[in-house]
Amino acid sequence: MTLTLDAPRIVKTAPLVQIRGVNKSYGSVVALRDVAATVYPGEVLGIVGESGSGKSTLLRMMNLEETPDAGSYTLDLPDLDGNLFDLDRFARRMLCATRIGIVYQNPHLGLLMRHSSSGNVAERLLVAGERRFAVLREKAREALAASEFPLERLDAPPIELSGGMQQRVQLAKAIALEPALLLLDEPTTGLDVSVQALVLDTLKRLQRDRHITMVIVSHDLGVIRTLADRVMVMRRGEVVEVGLADQIFQDPQHPYTQQLVHAKL
Amino acid sequence: MTLASLTKPWAPMSYGFLDASAKRELRRKMIKAVCVPGCQMPYASREVPMARGWGTGGLQVSLTLIHPQMRVKVIDQGADDSVNAASIRRFLARVSGAPATLDTLEADLIQSRHRIPEEILREDQVLVLQVPNPEPLRSVQPNMSIARQMHGDADYGRMWLQLYEQIVRSGRVMQGASYPSMVNGRHVMTPSPIPRWDVPKLHMAQHLTILSAGREKRIFAVPPYTRVEPLVFDDVPYRVEEHGGLTCYRSGAKGFFMNEIPQGDGSSAYEVSDSEYGVKAIRTRDGEAIETGETWYKNGEMPQ
Repeated sequence: MTLTLDAPRIVKTAPLVQIRGVNKSYGSVVALRDVAATVYPGEVLGIVGESGSGKSTLLRMMNLEETPDAGSYTLDLPDLDGNLFDLDRFARRMLCATRIGIVYQNPHLGLLMRHSSSGNVAERLLVAGERRFAVLREKAREALAASEFPLERLDAPPIELSGGMQQRVQLAKAIALEPALLLLDEPTTGLDVSVQALVLDTLKRLQRDRHITMVIVSHDLGVIRTLADRVMVMRRGEVVEVGLADQIFQDPQHPYTQQLVHAKL
Repeated sequence: MTLASLTKPWAPMSYGFLDASAKRELRRKMIKAVCVPGCQMPYASREVPMARGWGTGGLQVSLTLIHPQMRVKVIDQGADDSVNAASIRRFLARVSGAPATLDTLEADLIQSRHRIPEEILREDQVLVLQVPNPEPLRSVQPNMSIARQMHGDADYGRMWLQLYEQIVRSGRVMQGASYPSMVNGRHVMTPSPIPRWDVPKLHMAQHLTILSAGREKRIFAVPPYTRVEPLVFDDVPYRVEEHGGLTCYRSGAKGFFMNEIPQGDGSSAYEVSDSEYGVKAIRTRDGEAIETGETWYKNGEMPQ
């Protein structure tokens, strides 16, 4: 019996996200210099680098919160073409609300702390135009269940919840509309190790079940190693190395990556 | 010809208290507000001899619109005889020479705090509402610059979030007054703190409504025959206060917005909030031949 193997998914499909030639400087500080990135549908791209390497800036640009000085950003979705950086504020808001989900390191950035948790998730649906109370309630419950949030605390405001729970609410909010792209900005930084492991478990399960395309930014190589298929290493606003996760961790080529990997492991 | 013959005789103040340039600005802003229903127009709120927060916005609009033939009615929570209403009415009459009236049907200009009269207003009448807080988005977006952007984008999702929160916490919409409403399908406005009972009166109304906030320096308007739709979920209908079945203990009028008056024995009596309507009901009962207008609510129900 002969076994035929399919070509790897990455080889067959067109990339979902394409970023080319992105430059950004704040005054004399160069945050990003000629950065390019590609993300394929269903894969998890990890971005590592030290503080100030531009990884968070890049993620904020992918969420269209910031515009670069130069560069292009395209998402391969049916009704979307052209450079997303050129969209007007209105189109940008609709795109962010319906197609891109984001989880911030600091829950205060992504959540309305005094509203209920289910309300935080419902807000996403409301922005996208849902106006039926029963549907909002049901979808909020589903999304919170998917992110393994304890449903008996459905209507507790995030300010009363623990850090891990707050991240789960953020995650539920991000996945409520089944976005094409999920961005994670240091989602587990600041959580203790056991809670971190639980949140990572949830992320991994979500990825497996729903094949969500994710971009995860972290300075913690352990997190990247657990989740990412491919890794991009950044330093001082430049991409120094891109490769499969195993390759980067086992056989780093660039001297900086070598340093980084050996410092950790 | 002398220079004196070309100038007006000296007067202690301009007609209608406000100077000509202030009235000109207010008129321009009112026209703008009528052109874009529900959109808040900033204006330079002038000093009037009254503290900010006591109806200075409404007063400035009234002072601008007034002329000697105009009959003015001023109400405060439906009552013509409260201190605030009486002193604004007296002030308006004194600086303009306009006759004051209590009768809704007779009035050309009605300045009101927190109520719309029960009798239907006509095309030739103007209702001026005093607004304490003109920004419906304030509770969901404390940053006013961003709130203005949200108005520009018609980004009103968070207004429903507020209602969602209320239903989740209390099982029903708790917003009693200032119920956020969509005007002409475009701008969400707060209709000043009128009760929910009064919001349907603004929908496709024949009269012009001007809402003015003196402290916050904003004017907005609901022109005649304009849609005013309270924000609701598709599956949770809008409900007004349950006053349809209450009877006024003084006039016997039934099916109008009532003031609750606690009694010594713990129970409550109710009287019609629109005091002039209550007076008319009493006088009609006593056999006087006076004219009572059609009311918006009939038997406690708003006809669709």
